Amino acid sequence: MNLTLKVWRQKNSADKGGFETYQVSNISPDMSFLEMFDVLNEQLVNSDQDPIHFDHDCREGICGMCSLYINGKPHGPKDAITTCQLHMRSFSDGDTIVVEPWRAKAFPVVKDLVVDRTAFDRIIQAGGYVSINTGGVPDANEIPISKEVANEAMDAATCIGCGACVAACKNASAMLFVSAKVSQLAVLPQGQVERKSRVENMVATMDAEGFGACTNTGACEAVCPKEISITNIARMNREYFQAKISSKKI
Amino acid sequence: MSWLTETLTSTPGRKVIMAATGIFLILFLAVHLTGNLQLLKDDNGESFNIYAEFMSTNPLIQFVSKGNFFFILLHVVVSVFLTRKNQQARPVAYKVPVKSGTSSLSSRNMGILGTVILVFLIIHLKGFWYEMHYGEIPYKNYDGHEARDLYAVVDAAYSQWYWVLIYVVSMLAVAFHLSHGFQSAFQTLGMSHVKYSPAIKLLGIAFSILVPAGFAVIPIVMFFN
Repeated sequence: MNLTLKVWRQKNSADKGGFETYQVSNISPDMSFLEMFDVLNEQLVNSDQDPIHFDHDCREGICGMCSLYINGKPHGPKDAITTCQLHMRSFSDGDTIVVEPWRAKAFPVVKDLVVDRTAFDRIIQAGGYVSINTGGVPDANEIPISKEVANEAMDAATCIGCGACVAACKNASAMLFVSAKVSQLAVLPQGQVERKSRVENMVATMDAEGFGACTNTGACEAVCPKEISITNIARMNREYFQAKISSKKI
Repeated sequence: MSWLTETLTSTPGRKVIMAATGIFLILFLAVHLTGNLQLLKDDNGESFNIYAEFMSTNPLIQFVSKGNFFFILLHVVVSVFLTRKNQQARPVAYKVPVKSGTSSLSSRNMGILGTVILVFLIIHLKGFWYEMHYGEIPYKNYDGHEARDLYAVVDAAYSQWYWVLIYVVSMLAVAFHLSHGFQSAFQTLGMSHVKYSPAIKLLGIAFSILVPAGFAVIPIVMFFN
């Protein structure tokens, strides 16, 4: 396959940045999108140019590091996969592919296609955890959890925190991510201790980081590689108002 | 900041204000249409005028009406705050806009549709509400019932083609605004359920077609009569 790539290049966070056009040839349709980028980067290195910086780690769709906005869709044209799981057979020979970084105030560009997603980490630090007393290993079935509840928690917990929801949202809202993280713990018995403070603190941090509000367009769930449902957003709103009304924090 | 202001100024808090006021305005639209349909009655405006006189003089209705104005204002003001925050959240736009298939056209343009509705509302209130409350509309006697002849004012307006056009186009904006707003309000209020959400969505679609269509039919019918 021969392809034309229009890629966002930006030296650092202070640089204005712009698009550069590259040609790649003899690309195998069985390559992943990131492998195609590896080929392009090898070309660039061999011709003494700065390779394109992009985030990646596990390359098997579970780490949440890859983050490319390809032809107007986070993680490219296919549904329910990450960029590393996207194969070049999803494109046609001769295509022009535009690759951009996630665009959000809370995700500033570090270099080229790499964005700083530590805003998500700070939201998790604000409440996305459960406190566990140290000591002996607890018995496996000490706390009974029904299959239905476990399923619900796991559906939310499949969120890998890649930020595609923010990237696709017209308001760069992080509601899908935060609601998934709130939900996975809110439905489990282990999450009850910090249930109220968790949602209060995570929403406050989300707002302070500069993410937008949710307009319920559903663009986030449409691009989510883990198919997290916006039902979680409704649940988070319930959790948030119940906590705000009943918590003892003034 | 107290917990209450913190709650109401958070993004979920502001969205809940939008949803709650939105649902109130949805109920208002249903009541308003029921009253307006009397314009189509073949009685030269008698029942409509008596109804309008009741609505503009009954103290309870007037109290709810003040609340209605306040909710409209709140809906507009909070939307301005939200829109500003949303625009600030993405300072650099994408070269290729987000694929449109991932969300509905109405949901992406609620602000624009809302602005069209606001402009319409100002024209509409000036034309009828202001005339009824502060204008000089002559009284008519209906078997001892004194009622101002608002029907004549409406009839005069709807005999002009451009008024009819303004109303019909505005109702299109209302329809699209409602087609997203109706179900979105329930989602924001936390009502998402496998059993009830599809019913709410269906009801929302029916409401957003039937109610604006009902409003639009009135000027069209009156124009051709």
